[in-house]
Amino acid sequence: MMIRDTSAGYGVPTRVLHWGMAVAILGMYVLGLWMVDLNYYSPYYQLAPDIHRSIGMVLLTLLLGRFLWRIVNDKPDDSELSTMERTAARVVHWGFYPLLLALMISGYLMSTADGRAIEVFDWFSVPAIIENKGMEKPAGAAHALLAHLTILLVIVHALAALKHQFYDRSGVLGRMWSGSSSNR
Amino acid sequence: MRLTTATLALVAAVLAAPAVQAADYVIDTARAHASINFRIKHLGFSWLTGRFDKFNGTFTFDEAKPEASSVKVEIDPSSINTNHAERDNHLRGKDFLDTSAFPKASFESTSVKLDGDKAKITGNLTLHGVTKEVTIDATRIAGGPDPWGNHREGFTGTTNLRLKDFGINFDLGPASEVVELALEVEGVRQ
Ligand code: HEM
Ligand code: HEM
Repeated sequence: MMIRDTSAGYGVPTRVLHWGMAVAILGMYVLGLWMVDLNYYSPYYQLAPDIHRSIGMVLLTLLLGRFLWRIVNDKPDDSELSTMERTAARVVHWGFYPLLLALMISGYLMSTADGRAIEVFDWFSVPAIIENKGMEKPAGAAHALLAHLTILLVIVHALAALKHQFYDRSGVLGRMWSGSSSNR
Repeated sequence: MRLTTATLALVAAVLAAPAVQAADYVIDTARAHASINFRIKHLGFSWLTGRFDKFNGTFTFDEAKPEASSVKVEIDPSSINTNHAERDNHLRGKDFLDTSAFPKASFESTSVKLDGDKAKITGNLTLHGVTKEVTIDATRIAGGPDPWGNHREGFTGTTNLRLKDFGINFDLGPASEVVELALEVEGVRQ
């Protein structure tokens, strides 16, 4: 079992984090849009935001861990890409980290602006660091905007991956899925 | 800026008028001796209270001619504060006040009827882009010199609003269709 990322492909932690977080982030987007439209008498009116905040805090932790893991590991060989493609891939890959960080922090700031802690699944609670009533307004606007931007970047990223997999037949999906690319 | 101009115009009018004239007061939001509070039933179980933190206004008041009094207030609806950040964002949003589309609320009196120290202040309230006539039941609490060389007048008032009348249709349940406003106003004579 490959643990570390090498020039040949991604190791298990990177792969699990990539696909686990991808599913969770897409799920969070749908959950976010759905929950703000619930009516007051919906049984999910309180539950859905509780789950959204809880998963958000877990994702924030995972993102930080993933970032550290990324910088202490090699990146798989991308020499099959043109210079432009390589630059684009790097911008998109590294772009995810600050974008997701800002998305999750804006959510945290919105929920904690009044000094309340965030209860994560009745498991532990994350206290408010900055109590600043009124901050929830810009934080909320930023949160919605950043969520849309994230999804936009995911679409670009996924289309690029699919293009390289099926058009260029570079086996890039395999590298993130099973750890090694099929045609090398 | 517009308010400053309005105040200046009022002051100028007062200076130009005969000596016995209604005095102009600025509502003391600068030192927060005024508040716009509301409460609404939560599912019929209890009262949820909140307020609008940012507003400003002026009034004219003359003890000798109280019917000539008038009041004008401008409110920033996005300053709504129910002591819960996420709820306040919901209240600012499209389901309720839609403050990005309607960034201002206001009240301007059209008539003041006095009965002892009780008054009925009728005027136009604009909220959520809808202007409707409302009547405030007001009481003059007291007026006189303060310890710092100014003259103050203080009032308290209440009125009820039906949310639907102002185009706010989010269903909070049958016990929560009306919001009660409680207004505490202290003005400093200019
Ligand atoms: C929320 C969704 C997603 C996020 C945040 C995301 C983020 C990332 C990041 C940051 C990398 C660089 C490696 C790393 O730092 O871990 C990466 C690589 C990759 N992603 Fe995604 N991704 C998402 C969804 C997807 C989807 C839907 C696909 C497939 C259609 C995909 C396919 C890939 C592939 C194939 C790689 C490896 C590229 C290479 O070999 O360098 N990702 N992704
Ligand atoms: C992957 C991370 C996240 C994604 C993709 C995401 C996505 C979204 C989306 C799309 C909305 C709906 C926005 C709207 O239409 O107004 C939303 C709302 C919300 N999010 Fe997130 N979110 C994430 C993380 C977080 C975190 C970490 C928190 C807080 C701890 C949070 C708290 C909230 C809250 C409180 C709302 C409701 C805002 C409202 O009532 O208008 N989110 N989120």
